Amino acid sequence: MLDEHGQEARHVAAVWWLMFGLAAGVYVIVAAFIFIALLRGRRTATGKPSRFKDDTFIWIGGIGVPVVILALLAVVTVTTTRVLRNSEPGELRIDVTGKRWWWDVRYPDSGVVTANEIHVPVGRQVDVALTSGDVVHSFWAPQLAGKLDLIPGQTNHLRFKALDAGVYRGMCAEYCGLEHADMDFLVVADAPADFDRWLLRRSTGAGTTAQSDEATKGEVVFTRESCAGCHTIRGTSAQGTVGPDLSDFGSRRTIGGATVPNTPDELAKWITNSQAIKPGNIMPPISLSPSDLQAVVTYLEGLK
Amino acid sequence: MTALETRPVHLNDDELLELWEDAPGIPGFLSTVDHKRIGIRYIVTSFIFFFIAGLTALLMRAQLAQPHSGVLSPAVYNELFTMHGTTMIFLFNTPVLAGFGNYLIPLHIGTRDMAFPRLNAFSYWVFVLGGIFMYSSFFIGKMPNGGWFGELPLISKTFAPGVNVDFWGLGIVFTGLSTTVGSINFIVTIFKLRAPGMTINRMPLFVWSMLVFSFMAIFAVPAVTLAAGLNELDRLFATSFFVPALGGNVLLYQHLFWFWGHPEVYILFVPATGMISQIIPTFSRRPIAGYIWVAGSLVTVGFISFGVWVHHMFATGMPPLAMAMFSGASLIITIPSGIQFFAWIATMWKGKVTLDTPMLFAVGFLLIFLLGGITGVMVAVMPFDWQVTDSYFVVAHLHYVLNGAVVFPIFGAIYYWYGKMTGHELSERLGKLSFWVMFIGFNITFFPMHILGFLGMPRRVYTYNDGLGWGGLNMMVSIGSGIFGLGTGISLWNWVWSWRRGRAADPDPWHGDTLEWATTSPPPHYNFASIPLIASRHPLWDQSPVPEALSGPEDETRALGREGAVDRATPITSGIDTRPEGNLEIPNETYLPLVIALGLAVFFTGLLIDATLTGVAGIALAVVGVLWWTWRTEEDLA
Repeated sequence: MLDEHGQEARHVAAVWWLMFGLAAGVYVIVAAFIFIALLRGRRTATGKPSRFKDDTFIWIGGIGVPVVILALLAVVTVTTTRVLRNSEPGELRIDVTGKRWWWDVRYPDSGVVTANEIHVPVGRQVDVALTSGDVVHSFWAPQLAGKLDLIPGQTNHLRFKALDAGVYRGMCAEYCGLEHADMDFLVVADAPADFDRWLLRRSTGAGTTAQSDEATKGEVVFTRESCAGCHTIRGTSAQGTVGPDLSDFGSRRTIGGATVPNTPDELAKWITNSQAIKPGNIMPPISLSPSDLQAVVTYLEGLK
Repeated sequence: MTALETRPVHLNDDELLELWEDAPGIPGFLSTVDHKRIGIRYIVTSFIFFFIAGLTALLMRAQLAQPHSGVLSPAVYNELFTMHGTTMIFLFNTPVLAGFGNYLIPLHIGTRDMAFPRLNAFSYWVFVLGGIFMYSSFFIGKMPNGGWFGELPLISKTFAPGVNVDFWGLGIVFTGLSTTVGSINFIVTIFKLRAPGMTINRMPLFVWSMLVFSFMAIFAVPAVTLAAGLNELDRLFATSFFVPALGGNVLLYQHLFWFWGHPEVYILFVPATGMISQIIPTFSRRPIAGYIWVAGSLVTVGFISFGVWVHHMFATGMPPLAMAMFSGASLIITIPSGIQFFAWIATMWKGKVTLDTPMLFAVGFLLIFLLGGITGVMVAVMPFDWQVTDSYFVVAHLHYVLNGAVVFPIFGAIYYWYGKMTGHELSERLGKLSFWVMFIGFNITFFPMHILGFLGMPRRVYTYNDGLGWGGLNMMVSIGSGIFGLGTGISLWNWVWSWRRGRAADPDPWHGDTLEWATTSPPPHYNFASIPLIASRHPLWDQSPVPEALSGPEDETRALGREGAVDRATPITSGIDTRPEGNLEIPNETYLPLVIALGLAVFFTGLLIDATLTGVAGIALAVVGVLWWTWRTEEDLA
């Protein structure tokens, strides 16, 4: 949160450092008062008369100083809120739907669909429209912006702007059941040109065709077996909507809501029995012959 | 009252005791209406739940000490954090304070029992049966798992089909009854039973705090009853209050829950500060600074706390302007707390401080609450809250407030009043040792959580990946929790050991200013053979020995003196200026409160297991009990 790479997170970090300064000062001074009071109170034989009246303590420490600090914080709250909740022209819309326990990501202007990995262009404000397909989730990429909940039957808009290229971790921050802990995502902030290329490649459907015999066999297995019932791969007969869209699976960095890194080994393990990696997720164990499994892995890892 | 003339008036003390004595053994245990027995029972029962919930915390910390550890399965972890929070709020903090209120209020205000002693017994039985109800889920392996505040639609029938959540929802509705009934009893007792001369501006601050507690509870608890109750209607009877697909609204649930939930934090905190406002002056050998300020602060907190609930919902996407109002109220509520804080500092500053165990806990409270209060101001600042809400920063903040700033005063209060309650002294040595271990353990446990929140660790996760940089701090937190647990264990040992074996306690070991120190330790069943006559805010400091009232010939004054005790009556006085107005007759022991509470427990069990007959039988038993209660009133009073 303090290693901030987004404009919104930077605003909040500034608020934090202001509050931290005030808080440290208040804590040290008041704690000093407590200790002085204790020492005075312990040393004096009968209660030494003090120059201060009781009410003086209350008026200054209990009312005067707090009122000043709180007024300052109220102003900071209002001004920062105004800045954070502002929209900018030309912002890029991204629709994110939280599901147990993964993230469905769509770019409505270009029809691109992906999952668990959100690409955004550096320096351009994005408007992430958040809703939920089941229970309440919360979208939190601490290095970029604060949280906003995903609520069924309601769409919330989180706006943020990434300032530096990089890969930022995000997660669900509202308890959503068994695997709440493994409902992470990545925000990949690309230089604008890279982002445009990324988006264009997906919107044209390039990369979803099998590149080798092994991969072609994998595609056959994928559409023949139960995989296609739940997953979509653009340009094939696999059009399931229960699980994440896998059209650009090979380009993703992680599997299963950022639970494990996306390597052929991990993928094979995931397909065989994802319940061992992320118990309770809705994907059942899939039994494939070793050669079919190898083909599917090759196929999926080739989708870029 | 005709009985008066037929009974010998001048009983000696032994005969008086015998008149008030409960039946021995189990029958007396089950039927007593003595506020002191009930109060102690409340405290002991709550602490049993406290240590159970503490163990759940230690188990969770064992799991989180390292990334990807397999100590607990995710399902069990989720059950444990749900029960930890639920237990601490509903089965420890609220009832333990009600227990202190029960025990102390009649003694503090100089009367012989609560206004409604049978209702008092009833609220205890409801509480303990509600707790057993919730924990019975453990024995069938279906503990609640929806989080202590639930969250819809997560705890709807669709996403939580099992009976787990019903244990929780019905348990909340059930135990809420106990709090409401108890609060009504406190309010009437405080307004109508104060000893003559204890005008409203002479009430001890703990009594003030329990008055505020009670009013807040009466207005807040119905909201949580509604939230949990409507969800149970959705679950059990297929209504759709919170079902979005059928036009229900899940945010309505959050509003209802937090309309209770945030006042609840102050419902717990206010009596804790009331205890501190008794302890600090006693160990500073002077009256509290700014009594009027402190009493006024308690009342102000009570009001403002109903305007802050949305700060639990800053991330739900409500319009910023609406949220700004709640942000503002959440900042303003700091001021009454600040006033109290400096009243305590001024009291010590100009007093003569001795650091006995209760005072150590009070000072520990000051240092912890200072930080918890500061982080509380921070989370009131909306943009900052968007970052830290539902992260470990909030876990740290809430434990600084609800553990540090409520549990430390409660431990202090036990060390302060234990001798009075049991007649036996605690070991000061063990008490101080316990304090230091707890204080150090507390800070090692909860301080690093602030940093974990900044590092992006969300709340309620059963595990985390390595490589995120959370491992070291989590290990530290887990070690700290073990130290803190050890500290509480030392106190537990101290309390259990001293229960029978501690040295006999003085009537007034700390030289306190309030009336409980004017009676023996433990006090006789009737508290005061003659009601004390109050002429000061600090009767034991200013009027020692406190003068005793004599019974007058008129009805209004008959209960004041010894004849009142002989008559099992206590005087009723006017609310503000305590003019005697009449006699309140104190009922004998009765099983009816237990019977009605059992009936309700059977009714809720019927709902839980979907057994109509059981439910009907339970409610019938309760109704018969209530009718019998009204019918038998005269007999009980005879």
